[in-house]
Amino acid sequence: MRMMTFAKRCTKEILRDPLNLAFGLGFPLVLLFLLSAIQANVPVSLFEINKLTPGITIFGLSFMTLFSATLVAKDRESALLQRLYTTPLTGLDFIMGYMLPILPIALGQTIICYLAALPLGLTFSVNIIYAVIGIIPMAVFNIALGLLCGSLLGVKQVGGICGALLTNLSAWLSGVWFDLNLVGGFFEKIANALPFLHAVEMEKALFNGDFEIAASHILPVLAYGVVTSMIAVFCFLRQMKKQ
Amino acid sequence: MQEIKTTELVKRYKDITAVDKLNLDIGQGELFSLLGVNGAGKTTTIKMLTCLTKPTAGDAFVGGKSITKEPKLVKEMIGVSPQETAVAPNLSVKENLELICGIHGFSKEKTKERIEKLSAQFSLDEVLKRKAGKLSGGWQRRVSIAMALISEPQILFLDEPTLGLDVIARHELWDVIRTLKGKITIILTTHYMEEAEALSDRIGIMRSGSLLAVGTVEELNRKAGTDDFETAFVSIVKEGAL
Ligand SMILES: Nc1ncnc2c1ncn2[C@@H]1O[C@H](COP(=O)(O)OP(=O)(O)O)[C@@H](O)[C@H]1O
Ligand SMILES: [Mg+2]
Repeated sequence: MRMMTFAKRCTKEILRDPLNLAFGLGFPLVLLFLLSAIQANVPVSLFEINKLTPGITIFGLSFMTLFSATLVAKDRESALLQRLYTTPLTGLDFIMGYMLPILPIALGQTIICYLAALPLGLTFSVNIIYAVIGIIPMAVFNIALGLLCGSLLGVKQVGGICGALLTNLSAWLSGVWFDLNLVGGFFEKIANALPFLHAVEMEKALFNGDFEIAASHILPVLAYGVVTSMIAVFCFLRQMKKQ
Repeated sequence: MQEIKTTELVKRYKDITAVDKLNLDIGQGELFSLLGVNGAGKTTTIKMLTCLTKPTAGDAFVGGKSITKEPKLVKEMIGVSPQETAVAPNLSVKENLELICGIHGFSKEKTKERIEKLSAQFSLDEVLKRKAGKLSGGWQRRVSIAMALISEPQILFLDEPTLGLDVIARHELWDVIRTLKGKITIILTTHYMEEAEALSDRIGIMRSGSLLAVGTVEELNRKAGTDDFETAFVSIVKEGAL
């Protein structure tokens, strides 16, 4: 009850920020349209919609990190959180209250991306449902990463690190824009050690109904999700105590 | 009956002692002011009493419960208006009030009843639907204090409630605070002498983390050998410096 009250407040706070909506929803959609427009005008297969869309949905999740990090950092800089720390809300209430509302937003964003890709030629199948659900572990990773950044950084730093750095990182290392096999070497090794590429491969596989391939990529994504969540909880509770 | 008691309460930040062996006794229904210049340790004291910061040493009992051992129980009894205005900017005033009611587990009916009562008390009707972040500083502060009161606290903490308000808004807020007197225990901090004088049952004068003197305005005046509270305050603070 207490937790849900706080979660409701966080949902409102995010959804009422027009910038959040513009970036979170607008940016992935613009990319989707732009890249398919490019594809329509070149003879080689660069951004085939059936491969592009799963990648874009993962890329879009990096905005969830920005949302949660901004919210937490803003709250920490205002006296609101101080006030709430003097109420019966517990550490768990805060953490779940911050993380839970963003999950439906992430799912909503994914669904909208897939729906928008249908008129662009995306193959329609029941696998889209699996792909939407399959986004959850990576979404948890992204949201927890936001909680972590928001607990450690100020509002301005969050904008730079989560806004610019992370979105680029997830874009370049996800294999959406170019085939990482072609680049190879060190770059590919890094990409393999991070969750972005695995999440994209998992999404593509789910979308194609290749469940065995999807399963082979889920472990790193889950591991990053769990470990990041644990570190985020630790850091949030620490800053809560250090008032 | 005693509502707040601190025993040798200490808070140290690295090399500065913000609060130094504070011993306070505040009775039920009393309006007690902590008066002192900036940096005297008022906010730090409030932060410890409201379980926001852990004391370095000593303990305090709020409503009979220890702030170090039973913070959960303490938090259920208190309402806090922090020194800085604390509202959720993207929520309407009504939603801000509902948020606090929800956190305290109030039913729908009770929430409605409390919001009606508080908006009458603070004349919030005209701003109830507006976003809190879009209001003027004075209005935000009113909302911030209403949020501290809506949970029907037994003990209310007001940290510099009229900081940054104009004269009219200050006097309006004083009137609201006066209507609460005697019903609940109020601990207020201020660096305005006239504010402490106008509102308090008793005043504690703080400097550099220490409590220099405690008493009613008359008692403090007598102690300093004057009939003007400002003169009394200055002489007590200066004497304490010796
Ligand atoms: N978080 C903190 N870290 C370090 N020093 C602090 C902190 N909070 C307060 N202080 C110091 O403690 C002293 C008392 O501050 P404060 O309680 O805010 O005084 P007041 O509210 O009376 O103006 C000041 O010297 C202030 O600089
Ligand atoms: Mg202060």
